[in-house]
Amino acid sequence: MKDFIIPTSMDDRDMGTPARQGAPVTLTIDGFEVTVPEGTSVMRAAAEAGIQVPKLCASDNMEAWGSCRLCVVEIEGRRGTPASCTTPVAEGMAVRTQSSKVKKIRKGVMELYISDHPLDCLTCSANGDCELQDMAGAVGLRDQRYESGRNHYDPLGIGTLAAGDIRARTRDTAEDLGNPEYIPQDQSNPYFTYDPSKCIVCSRCVRACEEVQGTFALTIEGRGFESRVSAGAAGDDFMASDCVSCGACVQACPTASLQEKSIIELGTPERSVITTCAYCGVGCSFKAELNGDELVRMVPYKHGKANRGHSCVKGRFAYGYANHKDRILSPMIRDRIDEPWREVNWDEALTFAAQRMRGLQERYGKKSIGVITSSRCTNEETYLVQKLTRAVFGNNNTDTCARVCHSPTGYGLGQTFGTSAGTQDFDSVEDTDVIILIGANPTDAHPVFASRMKKRLRAGAKIIVIDPRKIDLVRSAHIEASHHLPLRPGTNVAVVSALAHVIVTEGLMDEAFIRERCDWEEFSEYAEFISDPRHSPEATELLTGVPAADLREAARLFATGGNGAIYYGLGVTEHSQGSTTVIGIANLAMLTGNIGRRGVGVNPLRGQNNVQGSCDMGSFPHELPGYRHVKNDDVRDIYREVWGVEIDNEPGLRIPNMLDAAVEGTFKGLYCQGEDILQSDPDTKHVAAGLAAMECVIVHDLFLNETANYAHVFLPGSTFLEKDGTFTNAERRINRVREVMKPLNGYADWEVTQLLANAMGAGWHYTHPSQIMDEIALTTPSFAGVSYDVLEEKGSVQWPCNEAHPEGTPLMHVDGFMRGKGRFIVTEYVATEEKSGPRFPLLLTTGRILSQYNVGAQTRRTANSEWHHEDLLEIHPHDAELRGIKDGQWIKLASRSGETTLRAKISERMSTGVVYTTFHHPDTQANVITTDYSDWATNCPEYKVTAVQVSHSNGPTDWQEAYNAQAAQSRRILPAAE
Amino acid sequence: MQPDKLVMMANQIATYFATQPGTDQAERVAAHLNDFWEPRMRAKLSHHYENGGTGMSQLAREAMAFIRVPAD
Repeated sequence: MKDFIIPTSMDDRDMGTPARQGAPVTLTIDGFEVTVPEGTSVMRAAAEAGIQVPKLCASDNMEAWGSCRLCVVEIEGRRGTPASCTTPVAEGMAVRTQSSKVKKIRKGVMELYISDHPLDCLTCSANGDCELQDMAGAVGLRDQRYESGRNHYDPLGIGTLAAGDIRARTRDTAEDLGNPEYIPQDQSNPYFTYDPSKCIVCSRCVRACEEVQGTFALTIEGRGFESRVSAGAAGDDFMASDCVSCGACVQACPTASLQEKSIIELGTPERSVITTCAYCGVGCSFKAELNGDELVRMVPYKHGKANRGHSCVKGRFAYGYANHKDRILSPMIRDRIDEPWREVNWDEALTFAAQRMRGLQERYGKKSIGVITSSRCTNEETYLVQKLTRAVFGNNNTDTCARVCHSPTGYGLGQTFGTSAGTQDFDSVEDTDVIILIGANPTDAHPVFASRMKKRLRAGAKIIVIDPRKIDLVRSAHIEASHHLPLRPGTNVAVVSALAHVIVTEGLMDEAFIRERCDWEEFSEYAEFISDPRHSPEATELLTGVPAADLREAARLFATGGNGAIYYGLGVTEHSQGSTTVIGIANLAMLTGNIGRRGVGVNPLRGQNNVQGSCDMGSFPHELPGYRHVKNDDVRDIYREVWGVEIDNEPGLRIPNMLDAAVEGTFKGLYCQGEDILQSDPDTKHVAAGLAAMECVIVHDLFLNETANYAHVFLPGSTFLEKDGTFTNAERRINRVREVMKPLNGYADWEVTQLLANAMGAGWHYTHPSQIMDEIALTTPSFAGVSYDVLEEKGSVQWPCNEAHPEGTPLMHVDGFMRGKGRFIVTEYVATEEKSGPRFPLLLTTGRILSQYNVGAQTRRTANSEWHHEDLLEIHPHDAELRGIKDGQWIKLASRSGETTLRAKISERMSTGVVYTTFHHPDTQANVITTDYSDWATNCPEYKVTAVQVSHSNGPTDWQEAYNAQAAQSRRILPAAE
Repeated sequence: MQPDKLVMMANQIATYFATQPGTDQAERVAAHLNDFWEPRMRAKLSHHYENGGTGMSQLAREAMAFIRVPAD
């Protein structure tokens, strides 16, 4: 986009080639002296000096290509006119970027480009945002002499007419039948078009797909004049190809050849706001580009420190839900859940909610109500919700969706390292030599970070994948795992302990690190424990299914291969031994000395955009913000002073405990912000029973989600585009979320919470979310240095950010662990209670797919559903064959908890005996299958291990039919009273 | 809140701490329950224990001596 359309700083310029690190080199460019690191290109050095060399095939997010020949320069003492993008600087070099010679060459090059480009600039969607147009102007091109030559475009606007086409009958000559070289647009992708006639074959899209995204879906097909971008095999369109729709190619395209459909439809945006994505825990920064208050497109922000200018199909394109017709914008209430909703004004809704909640406390006690905070909401919003329960309800009944995802991370890393967070920033992976990836599928769930990981793997790092499925990082384009350990679900602890066993018994640990940084006595106890032969790979092989020799080799590689980093996800935490596995992972990192510097560390990949933040903000029932237990008098004193109320010194109820207590009759009211526990939490029937037993359920959300089927009050929520606040991503980075447009419902979510609190007598008077952050900083030591002013100045900071760490903390535990000495803890394997057997012989594990996000409330309401419109059951061919199940067939999936129907997808990605599905679609309700077994320490549900049977189906289950009928009944809305 | 579920959860916690070195496992089980279980859950488990503690593991039973049960 041109500067006159969206004001941009100098820093937003494309510098042509990537930055380098190296010794300083001084040269002159057009007489100006410039000093840059060794290895920098002449093009970039010129840009550093403020001189823009014309270019088409170069871009600073990919390596130089040297094909367009537009960036030629003259260098004193050298022959010819080298391309400035591929020529590195040298000491004393004297460069001329403008001379009659290079001007003539550039003009000739541009003339050739333009000769095969439709000159429809005024009506072109890229008008004003086209590098080809800019370069034609920059080189002073005023005409072109090759008008009668061959070209690829469509001057008659008819495409290529076949001889029999009815439109051809009116044409007189063969030429009038259209241009035989013309290739029609590929409109298959829902978000962008590919117009071959506007392609200049600069290969930027192909290189972006390779270097930035790492998918290798695109190529240049044909030679010479026939060369055109192709999405895979001849005849493949973009949707049929391996393209993952990350948008990198569209962003790289210098013309309108690859163009967002939204730009074609809505025109070029005129303003932009930098904000943070609301999907996964990577927390990508984006420029939201608008016309007025209409969002035209989301462009990954070049200076976003989490994403470094990259994006995925969700963040880049899947924002259409914000204006979806299903959005509820008026508050609604009803006395009973079998009644239709009544639209009311905010006052009536909030008074109704407040009176009901206070009434419940009067009848059933002050601990009879609670809240669930949202990991999709901002830190400020989450802080207020937990404050609502602690300061207004007078109890600690607050929990968050992290309960069902990363609560074991909090416990495990808290016990071993002393803090509940990942140790590294994302940039750290650039220095990693060996990655252990366990229980995570980043190409689907954290795609932008996966691209960075793949880039590092292509540069030579090695990866060990521990997962029951052959995920993409086991083998995909230019990626091959050194070891894939396909463990049986539920045996993480045994595998991690076996890795440690090999490292300890073969003497591969980093003794110097352990002696200096860890408690030696605890290590000695641990070493004795882990050396026992029962933890050996040979002893655990029968249990885990992982070949002992592979595991041994993997352990040796991790211990001796250089910088070792461990990345993990919900495949670690969502087990009955989730916390024990996290502890085991921490043990592995300490054993090998892989803590406290770049390239190493323990890195939980957080599921939702603000899981880290929601945990930081005191969402858990036993902790105040900053992970400080409510039992500590000194911590409660801080809040008593600031909030003016006594804080309960006893832990509150966790989500599963709330539901149990509801069924029992002692928990009666819930304020649930931005979560859909009926779809996302395990054992759906039990969740439904708990919600049905409550007398006041307040759902604060964008849509009438599944939980709202059991709600009495619906408070409309705002999308991330309407929010002002901060998100904290998986690397502890606090990023600003800026209001792109005003909340459609009239209030930001923090304002709604404040209104509810005040309706209950709180007397809060925040007027801006920055005041909430100021209160967080005032009361939370790890946030003491955080303010909106600091975030504006620095872009983002990683906590701890305080007097000791004024610039924030990219790497944790550099000079010592947060708790002092690192603590080794023994990790005995204990089998889950959930066993497969004759009735339920298979093990079900669940997860996400790239195009959908969690319960799908957002992504299902976008074109992302074109990739994934239903949950499928992945099953190994052998298991399918045994049951006579064919690909695409409807099947019944049954467990001890319940049964559902969905279609089968036969896949060799699965191990035999293990099946897999996603939980994105309420029609499937995969969680009717999962059980209420949970992590011993945190109650994090055991989503990843459910014994199931798969059989033929002849239609929806009775439960599905009853559920759908109840949901339809519950969603009736009466029109508002006049 | 059903006693059988609380017993299962308490036994899980006890199973973990039973594997830990030292001689204070019962105290550590109790500390975990005191730190993470809401008082009515502890009270319910305590009540179950006082009524025979069906299903409770030995270590879970031993931990009950250190459980903090609220007066109300």
